[in-house]
Amino acid sequence: MSQPIALPRWADLVLVPLLSVVTAFIVAALVVLAIGVDPWAATVSMVQGSLGTPEGIGFTLYYTTDFIFTGLAVALAFQAGLFNIGAEGQAYMGGLGAALVCLNGGSLPSWLLIPLGIIGAGVFGGLWAYIPGLLQAKRGSHIVITTIMFNWLATTLMAYLLVNTLREPTSMQPGTARFPAASIIPSVQSVLAGFGITTVETPLNLSFVLALACAVALWIFVWRTRTGYEIRTVGQNATAAVYGGIAPSRIIVLTMALSGVLASGVAVNEIMGVQNRLLLEFTAGYGFVGIAVALMGRAHPVGVVLASLLFGILYQGGAELAFDQPKITRDMIVVIQGLVVLFAGALEGLFRRPLASMFAGLLPARQPPTGPSTPPAFLEPASEEAEPAVAQPGAGVI
Amino acid sequence: MQDLATTIALVLSSSVRLAVPLIFASLAGLWSERAGVVDIGLEGKMLVAAFAAATTASETGNAWLGLLAGIVASVAFGLVHGFAAIDQRGNQIVSGAAINLVAAGLTALLGNAWFGEGGRTPQLDLPASRFTPIVWPGADTIATVPILGPVYHDLISGHDILTYLAFLTVPLTAFMLYRTRFGLRLRATGENPAAVDTAGISVRQLRYGGVIICGILCGFAGTYLSVSQAAGFLPQMTAGKGYIALAAMVFAKWRPIPALLTCLLFGFLDAISIRLQGVVIPNVGEIPVQAIQSLPYLLTVILLAGFVGRAIPPKASGIPYVKER
Repeated sequence: MSQPIALPRWADLVLVPLLSVVTAFIVAALVVLAIGVDPWAATVSMVQGSLGTPEGIGFTLYYTTDFIFTGLAVALAFQAGLFNIGAEGQAYMGGLGAALVCLNGGSLPSWLLIPLGIIGAGVFGGLWAYIPGLLQAKRGSHIVITTIMFNWLATTLMAYLLVNTLREPTSMQPGTARFPAASIIPSVQSVLAGFGITTVETPLNLSFVLALACAVALWIFVWRTRTGYEIRTVGQNATAAVYGGIAPSRIIVLTMALSGVLASGVAVNEIMGVQNRLLLEFTAGYGFVGIAVALMGRAHPVGVVLASLLFGILYQGGAELAFDQPKITRDMIVVIQGLVVLFAGALEGLFRRPLASMFAGLLPARQPPTGPSTPPAFLEPASEEAEPAVAQPGAGVI
Repeated sequence: MQDLATTIALVLSSSVRLAVPLIFASLAGLWSERAGVVDIGLEGKMLVAAFAAATTASETGNAWLGLLAGIVASVAFGLVHGFAAIDQRGNQIVSGAAINLVAAGLTALLGNAWFGEGGRTPQLDLPASRFTPIVWPGADTIATVPILGPVYHDLISGHDILTYLAFLTVPLTAFMLYRTRFGLRLRATGENPAAVDTAGISVRQLRYGGVIICGILCGFAGTYLSVSQAAGFLPQMTAGKGYIALAAMVFAKWRPIPALLTCLLFGFLDAISIRLQGVVIPNVGEIPVQAIQSLPYLLTVILLAGFVGRAIPPKASGIPYVKER
């Protein structure tokens, strides 16, 4: 049993995640049944609500944008063997960065203010992840606990700032003043209108394009650059990386900072694209969805985009479902999300082991899959990989 | 003078009340991690326990049945985590995160579907459906005595049974961990499972033991929230207490007595942050509530970074045990 579980690559990349998700949905269906709602009717209502109308599609892709950002953030950290549970806090702090730029740059033209706002978000989100990365690399504190604590620190800090310092004096609601019009990211509807195509108005904006660009850039960075190779090496085996002349501490800090920058994309989409002001708790748990997205997408940009689309459908469809079926609230999505994390992340062995013995009977013995898309060591159950005790400096410090 | 003593006794008494769920939950985490299973799912288990306890207590009108339901629900979630961590050798952090998500969604969803009050459970208004304060003998007559009166009346007397149980659980945990054969074996499982295995003792059973005790204690913590402290369940009513308990456990370096003291400190911080709301202190100004609320998180980060001594966890915690290695 301590041999690596060898599966054909397609089974590893497609079949295992698919089985995990299907199981998660079956359990979710049982929950829906227990409430006294027909799961099939619920599914139809969700699909129609998310993909049945142009408006539904717009909303679906708007949610997808958030999930691509947080999913990529968690996935990049996975590649280095790090579990970034703090995308939520990083996205939140990214909002602060974007707001500070937008609120103080009123006289700047759009072509300058929007990029500056995005950079502001990235710097703040990146810094909020840089510190836990630095603490893990230099002081051995465990990234999971530190990022959890940083999520709560971000929550209390932002609550203070939004209630006391940044709040618009005339407003009772904790939140900043409206941003200048020049900082607003154009909506897809207005861009299409420029080409003479009329569509319905949805929150979908050009951040979606930015998210897709980030996915492509991340793929090139991780699989086509020297630093990306170093990140993957550290993720697979930090000890071997040291022998290869790679400094894991440098890679950990860099990866975490970049992960935070990616997470801050949520702020770009939400507060520069849609809300146009910084609001309390605008991140709404998107950072945690990123964990499910990255696990389902096998920490690969293509997988992340597809998993984000699925979660976008769930979020928009869930809103419609809550409207159709008063007994079901949007909390259903959180349940599904948790089940996906459970089955795709922690209980993967349930599917991998039977599949492996099935394939072992069907096919001649073959090597474990190798190649550019091999999932990082992190995604495998630790015991099946190289000595876990040396996998990370400070691993298991919880 | 008497006023000051009363104020201090009242603040300390509310510190105790706020510390109770933290004490149960951090001891819960301690049992699990001492056995080698990392548990960031304390928050989720507390939440399902709070929901199950409030639902059962409101349906049956019996707080003790509520406690039982809370424990059963919490242990059930703990066993899912145990199955993933011990039998499936899955990633324990991922499993814990999943449990927190499922618990948050499921409690709000079921609460809304069953009671239709935005996820709340009905108010527990029958006296038997809640754990009520126990007034110690002579508390009222002694209340006017300087110093001793407020301390006895407000601090020692007047808590409910779960509070006293929480304080009893600490020496019990310490005794079981350090003075019994089971405790020795359980600690060894978290430090060096191979040695335990070589001695012919089942690592799997001991780890499940740790996970189940963790579930029971989270059941107490959650029940306290919804059946003692409040009169019913509110969605997300744990509000990060599971993570504070986790922080307290790390801060106490996985030891029961320091865990109690840390929880009391965190409870005290919580109590004064409520008390200081809007109070202007001369020469200092108004202390932001959020600054005090963030202290436990900040202290944990500083401790983990090794600036105030090292926090060294059980060596094998978080690492699945494979027999033939």
